[in-house]
Amino acid sequence: MNLAENAKSNHLLLEVNNLKMHFPIQRGFFVTKVLGYVKAVDDVSFYIREGETLGLVGESGCGKTTTGRLILRAYDPTAGEIWFRDRDLGRVNIATLDKQQLRQLRRNTQLIFQDPYSSLNPRMTLLEIVGEPLLVNGVAKGPELKNRVAELLKVVGLRPEYMTRYPHAFSGGQRQRIGVARALALNPQLVVCDEPVSALDVSVQAQILNLLQDLQQKFGLTYLFISHDLSVVEHISDRVAVMYVGKLVESAATTELYINPRHPYTEALLSAAPKPDPRLRTEPIVLQGEVADPANPPSGCYFHPRCQYQIDQCSTEEPKLREIAPDHFVSCHRAQELRLMGVLGQTK
Amino acid sequence: MDNTLLEVKNLKTYFFLDEGTARAVDGVDFEIKRGQTLGIVGESGCGKSVTARSVLRIVPKPGRIVEGEITLHRLVAKQDGSKMTDLIRLTEVDPMGSLMRGLRGSEMALVPQEPMASLSPVHTIGDQIGEAIRLHQKVSKAEARAKTIQMLELVGFPRPKQRVDAYPYQLSGGLRQRAVIAMALSCHPSLLIADEPTTALDVTTEAQILKLMRSLQQELGMAIMYITHNLGVVAQMTERVIVMYMGKVVEEANVDTIFHNPLHPYTSALLRSIPRLGMKARERQRLASIRGTVPDPYAIPKGCSFHPRCDKKIRGVCDQQEPTYIEVEPGHKARCVLYKQ
Repeated sequence: MNLAENAKSNHLLLEVNNLKMHFPIQRGFFVTKVLGYVKAVDDVSFYIREGETLGLVGESGCGKTTTGRLILRAYDPTAGEIWFRDRDLGRVNIATLDKQQLRQLRRNTQLIFQDPYSSLNPRMTLLEIVGEPLLVNGVAKGPELKNRVAELLKVVGLRPEYMTRYPHAFSGGQRQRIGVARALALNPQLVVCDEPVSALDVSVQAQILNLLQDLQQKFGLTYLFISHDLSVVEHISDRVAVMYVGKLVESAATTELYINPRHPYTEALLSAAPKPDPRLRTEPIVLQGEVADPANPPSGCYFHPRCQYQIDQCSTEEPKLREIAPDHFVSCHRAQELRLMGVLGQTK
Repeated sequence: MDNTLLEVKNLKTYFFLDEGTARAVDGVDFEIKRGQTLGIVGESGCGKSVTARSVLRIVPKPGRIVEGEITLHRLVAKQDGSKMTDLIRLTEVDPMGSLMRGLRGSEMALVPQEPMASLSPVHTIGDQIGEAIRLHQKVSKAEARAKTIQMLELVGFPRPKQRVDAYPYQLSGGLRQRAVIAMALSCHPSLLIADEPTTALDVTTEAQILKLMRSLQQELGMAIMYITHNLGVVAQMTERVIVMYMGKVVEEANVDTIFHNPLHPYTSALLRSIPRLGMKARERQRLASIRGTVPDPYAIPKGCSFHPRCDKKIRGVCDQQEPTYIEVEPGHKARCVLYKQ
């Protein structure tokens, strides 16, 4: 039992309701004509409890990264609400905050990037990189800043003496630690981790995942962990949400989702991941066709053309996200009747 | 009949740079039998890609093969219909000569990681695959086009007759990789070298490509040298595995043995450090990570290159002498002082 579980209140730190991000496809230079929209995020709803980790999984183009960015208000959403229980501002809707409030909010919501090679300014020392949030927000400067940075570097497992060096002197794993230190500088409540271990070697991934878990325990952090790697997500998340072409198709507690998936796409994802055991060589469910185009999605359920369980209703009517079991949400017309394959075999 | 297809003996490929000499491949031995899949596993910098490129003799400057032998056993059909094996020492042949250029693409083909890196953006996939066919076979343009469409069908390309004239930018990642595989297979190679072919693809697309490669291998009877750092893919795709670290092979065995009875500390540490699907459902565990990082190639540790990160190291031994590569049990080799012949 870790501290995070004990500290976990029933308080929702983040509540996302009907979030939409439609990017216009334009033609022309001075006079632009809108040809259509890429529906990157299309009516997504989920929540994260304080101290918890929500894993957000899906393949390329599903909208998970855009969702992460929307929560940080890097884009202005087309529609929807993002309720956040900010430590200083109280319960606010991130989607409608003004500039002043946003500056405050951004202390409490931080981001860890995927690529450790492009997310650190090569012309800044570690002291400057990790200290910048403190400086910019007027939290510390001079010798106090140095002390804070030294503490942060120690917390992520780097020697404080390294603060005079530049990023190029460090390996991928070490750079990712620098990114983590930077994200923690202002004691955030929520950290959005956008594929933080995907670019790292296998043995280093384990180090960084362990670090993230330790820090969560120590500082009571809440994570939105975005990844396409199902085994990594399973390891680190309390709850998991699955996205497909801008839609949230299923969300549940981790163990529940992996043992009892209720959406055919989740089943296919679980089945497709190659298992690191030659004795588990079963034929995976291989989906036909290509991932749908978010600028021109299929009618009805976006997944229906690739779904082996589809019925007529699936091509005409979009399914709604429904709570099919306590805390288990699915958007599928046949969720009640289907018995799908989870990681431990067929569901009952 | 001789079942060996490729033999690599004591291969050393070094890169001569201003900063020093990087011993990317430093004494590697292995062999691949006809129709077999050999997995080459290792993390960044272990030398697996350079090994593949050494076999194809396309090591970029300032790298070159400094020692060792690579022998290809090519099957040649004789006049009377029987087959004989032609032994070609790839290390002794001119890499840019007509013999090597004749082998590259026809006898041995490469499917690299990034399909966009190997496809020309300004030519249609039909033209590119057709070019590969006409380079190695005496056929007309029309015949090449027909064969191209056949290959696209073979790799599961949707509507090949229409899409043969598509440009790479018009295709998704999965389709591009299929086009590259079609190109690699167009001359029916006896050896396919796949260098992380699915790393850049989504997991459901990866499942499609892996299934395709398995069925093609059965159909065409070709051998595959499968290079990857993904242990899940190794477990699903390979028969024999070699594990590389800092330019050397540290362990070699059947895939089942590697996963269920690893001998080298690096192999076991690697297996313990990966999260496995269903693990949480059974037990909650902290991942056992390997401490430290892969050393700088210009500052390789004395003795066994893995010893600073090894939890089984013996002081005074592992930091002084390099362990020899020995056969611990039949078909299972390891490079570690913990084991005797």
